[in-house]
Amino acid sequence: MRSLKYTLPILLFVVIAAALYVGLSLNPKEIPSALIDKPVPEFDLPPVQGRELGLATANLKGEVTLVNVFASWCVACRSEHPLLMDLGASGEVPVYGLNYKDKPDNAEAWLAEWGDPYGRTGADVKGRVGIDFGVYGVPETFVIDRQGRIAYKHIGPIRREDLDNKILPLVKKLREEG
Amino acid sequence: MIAESGHFALILALLVALVQGTLPLIGAWRGYDMWVALARPAATAQFLLIAFAFASLTYAFVASDFSVANVFANSHSAKPMLYKVTGVWGNHEGSLLLWILILAAFGFMVSAFGGNLPARLRARVLSVQGLIGVGFLLFILFTSNPFERLDPAPLDGRGLNPLLQDPGLAFHPPFLYLGYVGLSIAFSFAVAALIEGRVDPAWARWVRPWTLLAWCFLTVGIAIGSWWAYYELGWGGWWFWDPVENASFMPWLAATALLHSAVVVEKRDALKSWTILLAILAFSLSLLGTFLVRSGVLNSVHAFATDPTRGVFILAFLVLVVGGSLTLFAVRAPALAPGGFFRPISREGSLVLNNALLVVITGAVLLGTLYPLFADALLNRKLTVGAPFFNLIFTLLMTPLLIAMAAGPLMAWKRGDLTGVLNRLKIALVAALVLGALTWMWLADGPMLAVLGMVLGGWLLVGTLQEWAGRVKLFRAPIGETLRRAGNLPRAAYGMTIAHIGVALVIFGITASETWTEERLMVMKPGQVVTVGGYDMEFLGAEPIQGPNYSSLQGRFRVTVAGEHITTMFPESRVYQNPPMETTEAAIRPTAASDLYAVVGESDGEGGYGVRLYHKPLISWIWIGSLVMVLGGFVSLSDRRLRVGIPSRSKAAASGAAAQA
Repeated sequence: MRSLKYTLPILLFVVIAAALYVGLSLNPKEIPSALIDKPVPEFDLPPVQGRELGLATANLKGEVTLVNVFASWCVACRSEHPLLMDLGASGEVPVYGLNYKDKPDNAEAWLAEWGDPYGRTGADVKGRVGIDFGVYGVPETFVIDRQGRIAYKHIGPIRREDLDNKILPLVKKLREEG
Repeated sequence: MIAESGHFALILALLVALVQGTLPLIGAWRGYDMWVALARPAATAQFLLIAFAFASLTYAFVASDFSVANVFANSHSAKPMLYKVTGVWGNHEGSLLLWILILAAFGFMVSAFGGNLPARLRARVLSVQGLIGVGFLLFILFTSNPFERLDPAPLDGRGLNPLLQDPGLAFHPPFLYLGYVGLSIAFSFAVAALIEGRVDPAWARWVRPWTLLAWCFLTVGIAIGSWWAYYELGWGGWWFWDPVENASFMPWLAATALLHSAVVVEKRDALKSWTILLAILAFSLSLLGTFLVRSGVLNSVHAFATDPTRGVFILAFLVLVVGGSLTLFAVRAPALAPGGFFRPISREGSLVLNNALLVVITGAVLLGTLYPLFADALLNRKLTVGAPFFNLIFTLLMTPLLIAMAAGPLMAWKRGDLTGVLNRLKIALVAALVLGALTWMWLADGPMLAVLGMVLGGWLLVGTLQEWAGRVKLFRAPIGETLRRAGNLPRAAYGMTIAHIGVALVIFGITASETWTEERLMVMKPGQVVTVGGYDMEFLGAEPIQGPNYSSLQGRFRVTVAGEHITTMFPESRVYQNPPMETTEAAIRPTAASDLYAVVGESDGEGGYGVRLYHKPLISWIWIGSLVMVLGGFVSLSDRRLRVGIPSRSKAAASGAAAQA
């Protein structure tokens, strides 16, 4: 027992070092390719507090859509928000919001303050759906095709270039493909 | 030529470090005095060689010698001189060179000021320092050579990341490194003590000032970093629990614990193996921080150089240093003689509580920082641990820590009297509750956490002042006696009082700014007025201006209160040419009571501009409080006991050492 007290630190360190070693061979920015072209996970979420339309798997089938993962505690989300507002107002493509690990009051206040670009919102209070989607950082934006499959995932805040050069052309292409 | 001499000096430094890291260690073990005596000249030589290499690289930057690949990649001839110099460490290779420069400087200082250390202990400490130096020099020479040449030399450089062209970030790394690397001294002392198998009060008296110095630098470094995030990122936030921020915060927490446990070793000869472990942990966390930042294992906005081979190298080094020292700990620490006995309710007991809480907080931050990595490696899941986790854990664990922080200093050593202490803290309790009640009334419908923050801050502030007042018998003895007692109090006691007041100020700053911030995000047209936090801000318009190496959109806001002109604010949105990048330069009007914060963004094409305006009460207290903590550290450092080092020496020798220091 006594010797365990003194060897505990080194044992803990071995575990950490092993994880760091495995971590070196992984790329934190890499998208889990397994999810691309796979159907979106099965879920059915209520809307963010104060809103009417919730978000479920069924809503992501039939047309090309964007699912934007956001949270009121996420600073970077604010920088992409004006772009989403423009996009929501233009009606070019339906934008749905997945509110990730947020308190209902905070999420409602945030949307009231910065504007609500989302056609539908899903309140993922526990973060279960986010995990099924493979969300590892907020904000992230998914492009979903008509069959409800994940076609593309954008990590980090969307910039104007990302929208013009990557996301919108992809939306167009997916629409043409049917 | 200069670059080659710098490279050559680094190779020589490696050879010297190899000598420094082995011979004195063997000499101290086998009793070869000549080998023991090698430690000091080797430490000096190593410092001079690395200083020469650093000067060479600085010269290449200042002279814009683009035949050096590192200068080409990170500098530009049109860059202001200040950023040519700070560009030296604004990149991976240069920052490592700064790292070992500081490491060698600390080794040199131990060698120069360590005249009254036992020769073998000093030799062992310097040897361990030398071994750390070997690891980093190998790393630089084999994976990150700052002196690599380009042939033919390009005409001009690519420029420094504009985010780094900022006074805050220019001086953030040196302070941080002084802190990280300063902890290597405590580490070397700990390893030396494990090798010797002896830890006594004199040892603690030697370790404490070095730890305190490193802690002060680390505090300054972290404060500058968060201040930079506050004014440069443009969202009014100042701490994001980003992996890189956590990487600097964890060693700070461990160093804070170490400072407090070293007091127990010094005064009571107890908690020895624990203190040794903390010294190892503090530096290990510094190395881990370096690994996380440099290897790109974790996704972070700060990581500016990532390369897998470097990651493998640092990890191997980390395993050698941390694994080696912890193994040594497992083998040798049980043999350390246990020290003085104490009851749970005592000064020692409260310091143990402080240590336990700080270590648990460190562990939680470590877990939160590494969890995404564990999840990725073991569960094959990509996920993130957001600010909510850290905020929750931090609030939960800081609360008992702050409660104990006011009571601990009032406890007697060995056996304390809790009822007596609480009785003495009645005033603090009343003050805290009154402050809490006022906050609650003022709160409208804000978070109840604000009440907790204010209560804790008030309790700590008044409790700390009460402890001081009790020591000098304020209002209980004639004023003359109070003054005499105040004069006789050791500087270390003042240091503690000041540092704890600093913590209270930080708590007030965090609580108030998080609770009562007012923000406006909108499109404003020239002439429009908006009221934020009682200030009327009139947008006067925005116009392009030209800087030395950027063009900028500068907005103007006239700030008035009830028609009276207060100030004019000029936030900017800059576009740098080399490399092309946009940055936000928030305009901030800081006062003791609140900050006014303005950011100007893009034009909407119809004469309006996107703007963000914030009013943040007491936010500057976060940094003022941090500086007060540092002030406390330096006051404590000036304590005569610490400068003298070992109490049993003759007076003449002792004052000589003090003069030297």
